[in-house]
Amino acid sequence: MAFEYAPAPESRAVVDIAPSYGLFIDGEFAEAADGKVFKTVSPSTEEVLSEVAQAGEADVDRAVRAARKAFEKWSALPGSERAKYLFRIARIIQERSRELAVLETLDNGKPIKETRDADLPLVAAHFFYYAGWADKLGHAGFGSDPRPLGVAGQVIPWNFPLLMLAWKIAPALATGNTVVLKPAETTPLSALFFADICRQAGLPKGVVNILPGYGDAGAALVAHPDVNKVAFTGSTAVGKEIARTVAGTRKKLTLELGGKGANVVFDDAPVDQAVEGIVTGIFFNQGQVCCAGSRLLVQESIQDELLESLKRRLSTLRLGDPLDKNTDIGAINSAEQLARITALAEQGEAEGAERWSPACELPSSGYWFAPTLFTNVTQAHTIARDEIFGPVLSVLTFRTPEEAVAKANNTQYGLSAGIWTEKGSRILAVANKLRAGVVWSNTFNKFDPTSPFGGYKESGFGREGGRHGLEAYLDV
Amino acid sequence: MSEKSEKSEKSEKFERLSVLKTYKLYVGGKFPRSESGRVYEVADSKGNWLANAPQSSRKDARDAVVAARKAFGGWSGATAYNRGQILYRIAEMLEGRKDQFVREVGDAEGLSKAKAAAVVDAAIDRWVWYAGWTDKIAQVVGGGNPVAGPFFNLSSPEPTGVVVVLAPQDSSFLGLVSVIAPVIATGNTAVVIASEKSPLPALSLGEILATSDLPGGVVNVLSGRTTEIAAPLAAHQDVNAIDLAGADEVLAKELEIAAADNLKRVLRPQPVDYSATPGTERLTAFLETKTVWHPTGSLGASGSSY
Repeated sequence: MAFEYAPAPESRAVVDIAPSYGLFIDGEFAEAADGKVFKTVSPSTEEVLSEVAQAGEADVDRAVRAARKAFEKWSALPGSERAKYLFRIARIIQERSRELAVLETLDNGKPIKETRDADLPLVAAHFFYYAGWADKLGHAGFGSDPRPLGVAGQVIPWNFPLLMLAWKIAPALATGNTVVLKPAETTPLSALFFADICRQAGLPKGVVNILPGYGDAGAALVAHPDVNKVAFTGSTAVGKEIARTVAGTRKKLTLELGGKGANVVFDDAPVDQAVEGIVTGIFFNQGQVCCAGSRLLVQESIQDELLESLKRRLSTLRLGDPLDKNTDIGAINSAEQLARITALAEQGEAEGAERWSPACELPSSGYWFAPTLFTNVTQAHTIARDEIFGPVLSVLTFRTPEEAVAKANNTQYGLSAGIWTEKGSRILAVANKLRAGVVWSNTFNKFDPTSPFGGYKESGFGREGGRHGLEAYLDV
Repeated sequence: MSEKSEKSEKSEKFERLSVLKTYKLYVGGKFPRSESGRVYEVADSKGNWLANAPQSSRKDARDAVVAARKAFGGWSGATAYNRGQILYRIAEMLEGRKDQFVREVGDAEGLSKAKAAAVVDAAIDRWVWYAGWTDKIAQVVGGGNPVAGPFFNLSSPEPTGVVVVLAPQDSSFLGLVSVIAPVIATGNTAVVIASEKSPLPALSLGEILATSDLPGGVVNVLSGRTTEIAAPLAAHQDVNAIDLAGADEVLAKELEIAAADNLKRVLRPQPVDYSATPGTERLTAFLETKTVWHPTGSLGASGSSY
């Protein structure tokens, strides 16, 4: 039973979205060379938020040249000076964080509770963290004077638009590279606001270039011969294509791709805490998270008790206006993504899994998908194998820790995993055997700029965050 | 009479015919021939016949991956100290059979005895160098992360899995050791493609590994046509990484494209001075970083939460 709450909307007045935006190249906003534009909409209302210039190959070339030109001076700056630019950026993000949170919620559809309390604090923290590295690179374990690579081409997804920008740009600039970044076509706005923050911070022109656009612009950026480093976060299929593109070049590559994280709950786990962790694991950001705990592996003996608690908890989740401070589940980012989630959920039913959702009224406009749980799922089911990237949880069971490990690792992916048990030695033993880059034990979906993040197997390679995250941007 | 008998004795004096070795592959701790039954001629730097080496097939390559995968759990699960001891044991075994390797390396690379000896010495010392790394690399590249919250957070390196190694074509022994040792030091298992024209030191290394307490399957050595063996390995879905040291530019690109199919970690070919002390690059190239979180419990306003 959900409590009734009066609406508590966050004010939209804090953000001023212009009717149109250009590409940000060499410190200036400019139209695309071919004049193309595209609309960005609010996924919760389908309202057009703004019209944005759409980068093409010529724009990519211009941006890379600007970044190349800026590289010489930027990389020659003392690290302590680069650090101060990044500290400035971190501070301005903090100052403008409510504005950016509302903007992100509007453009992405995720709840303000998340943008305000998770995305934005992490964005600022990430810049603050890497700012401090800029003049300490000789102490990072990559030699006494590690050199930057040059121009970094970065392509980011729509699920955490500004946070993914921070993960890409902060370490790149701290190490002395210049960047050309392409935000996702459904969420270009926060990156364009970031361009304005670069202006406020007095960042030299050309050091950061932002190219809103579609996959073709991303492909052109990745393939550009004067790009020295490619960083991509997104789907495994595109990641493989990028790996093929850079094959045979000297471009350094890091990929942060899909996942099918297992959340393993043992019979001695504190059930209420585990339920909270499961909910965070799969319903945070509507499950549009590469490290989501999308497979629940529960020990057979506690399945009934756990599922009952979980269903009760799901019934209290509030789905609706993402700007409402009480909202738990926001909108799906795009019609295309909604269609994909819908199709995969239907396939789950067709293959014989049992579908359940709490009573949940969906708004009449916008892209929405109710929290969904599948039981009677086997490892062969598509919903247990493919990344759904939506609020859909597949429940499987196990009897022994060995079986849990085998099932958890039975995937092409290896990004995240969760373990719930009160037994310390079991946590350490299971964590040791899981083939995943991040293991959350008795917690889930925790992030920190000091903590390296990245996958095993087809979840990609390279790490973002921490000292490890520097390596991707250094010539080592 | 006496003259005659002396003569006949003399004619029976002959130079002893040496026993030649049949060079074989080293797969899963055993020494099979190529399942294809093929061999190819290996000659010294002057073109003199040295041996017939097995010419491995795609099937041999796949068998080697199966062996390497089977060995991965045990080897990656062994203590770093134990791995260090075994790598050191390899150096000990080599030291004892130095003469054989000096001869084989000299023949393969056209080196004088003194120069070949220097190469073999360096290769032995390289095993010792990496033996010492096994229980140190985790402290150098891993550690605790000071996250902003009540969490224990630890990053540790872990081996990536089965690594295919294209051994350098020219440096048939020192180069070979320099690319195998860092792969297995951290707990990976390896499928090694020996130098195509000079595979004999690599095949003989298999005999050393077999008597060094190294579990079977941790290192598997294949000889044959590099392009023929490397192609199926680069595309193999149960291989996690590939070191392209022995590939030329054209082959390297081809293999890197094939490797993208399951996102293998790729170490591209680059000029390396194998006589110099290596850095940690070849160790870290085949390591994953795993980060484990756990709440620490905190003393909040309402008292203890642990």
